[in-house]
Amino acid sequence: MDIFLQQIINGLTLGSVYAIVALGYTMVYGIVQLINFAHGEVVMIGAMVALWVISSLAGGAMPPVVIVLAGILCAIPVCMAVGYTMERVAYRPLRSAPRLAPLITAIGISIILQHVAMLVWSRNPLPFPQILANPIFEIAGATISAVQIAIIVLSLLMMGGLTLLVYRTKLGVAMRATSENPQVAGLMGIDINRVISMTFIIGAGLGAMAGVMVGTYYGQAHYTMGALLGLKAFCAAVLGGIGNLAGAMLGGMLLGVVEALGTGYIGEITDLCHVSGISTALAERCAEDGHMVVFGSNYQDVFAFIVLILVLVFRPSGLLGERVSDRA
Amino acid sequence: MSLLSVRGLKVAYGGIEAVRGIDLDVEAGELVALIGANGAGKTTTLKALAGMLRPAAGTVRYADSDITGVASHRLIRQGVALVPEGRGVFARLTVQENLQMGAYIRDDRPAIAQDLDKVFGLFPRLHERRAQVAGTLSGGEQQMLAIGRAMMSRPKLLLLDEPSMGLAPLMVQKIFEVVHSIAAQGVTILLVEQNALLALEAASRGYVMESGAITLSDSAPALLASPQVRQAYLGE
Repeated sequence: MDIFLQQIINGLTLGSVYAIVALGYTMVYGIVQLINFAHGEVVMIGAMVALWVISSLAGGAMPPVVIVLAGILCAIPVCMAVGYTMERVAYRPLRSAPRLAPLITAIGISIILQHVAMLVWSRNPLPFPQILANPIFEIAGATISAVQIAIIVLSLLMMGGLTLLVYRTKLGVAMRATSENPQVAGLMGIDINRVISMTFIIGAGLGAMAGVMVGTYYGQAHYTMGALLGLKAFCAAVLGGIGNLAGAMLGGMLLGVVEALGTGYIGEITDLCHVSGISTALAERCAEDGHMVVFGSNYQDVFAFIVLILVLVFRPSGLLGERVSDRA
Repeated sequence: MSLLSVRGLKVAYGGIEAVRGIDLDVEAGELVALIGANGAGKTTTLKALAGMLRPAAGTVRYADSDITGVASHRLIRQGVALVPEGRGVFARLTVQENLQMGAYIRDDRPAIAQDLDKVFGLFPRLHERRAQVAGTLSGGEQQMLAIGRAMMSRPKLLLLDEPSMGLAPLMVQKIFEVVHSIAAQGVTILLVEQNALLALEAASRGYVMESGAITLSDSAPALLASPQVRQAYLGE
């Protein structure tokens, strides 16, 4: 099996999900300069609602595809309602407050949503019903599953759709104008509150889809699943340049690939048996086991944060985050 | 009945009153200048009239309805457009997109296209640069863009905040020619300027503002002749 190609495929799958979640962060940041740390929880709620609907309908007369679709169609509006409500109730009253206040509020909302989810859906990891046939295809020594293909294709479609929305529709123009200068956008007749609400709603809708995808991919859902996923997607958004849509897409994909390759190769790279000559004790161990790995693939989650630190040190504005000067 | 009639307008930032109860009238079709030194409260007044700031007290009537405290995104639909101080162009949007933003409240595509051509006719420079992002324009071009953008909403009342600020004399002249031609089209204009001479030469009437209050109001020629204005604002 070709590890390199395999990890690229896995990375693109995961990266698609990161990209979709990162879009939610970056859109909100672009408009209200807020890191909505509760966005990961929206993703989790999407997964939970879909899981609940799919398990309730599974085993009935409906074809599996219809059931999954029903799950998605329930998850999206629920997440949209959650996204709208958190902006309306928690962030809007703080819009003119110092930026730290909404940020701390976002962390608070995240904790609240996690624990409400724990009360509703229990503290245990729930199996995500695998009702769709998931054939596995072989390409050039690596494998790709139908679910992986679906995740990548759906994500690309959503990214394309969002790009069209932002660059081709009146709402999109209003969003771009509001993100640049809300006061002047108001002078143009744009209802800023509506645009901000729509931004949260669209971001949450994407988050719902990401939740369903990641639940299907890993085959389980848990009330804390949004926290780490959200943080990684946030890293992806920063990597691409926060506030930049194309940046979030690129950052998500890159982060997914970096993480997959890192996970795939970290064991081999940190295998002390490459340098077994430095000590006789080590040489003995290596002769016995063949491997003396310092960091194994359980360090999977570390790569996103290494990337975050590197970006913050070397290119804080992110890959595509070169902004035209805001001043005239 | 005046198109715009302001009574006892007060605007405060926090506890500090920047505008301390002013009266002001603009008749339909008039070009009225509001002059005064830096910090007199002129911009604050315009912002309150355009719905960007909520007045602390007083009333603003426009076209026979009370618009006190109405938000800017609603006022523009009634024909009140503000060209903000510092132009406020969308730096990351192209020139053409900026102009289209001006027509955001309108749905009549053919007429919008016509008006776009009109603005390009008025400012050929903008036509040359229509595909450029506005952040790359010079200050004068941005001012043209800001005025053109405001015109795209087909305003009845145009509020102009310091259109000459930071521009070279030739450009200032060009901008004021455009202000004249807009006024000649029948658009009512309230012009805020630090350049008192230019403003009073363009306007039919003027108000002089000092520390948040209106201290003089007269016809423009009378203000230009008044010793007080000549001394304080025309450097004599």
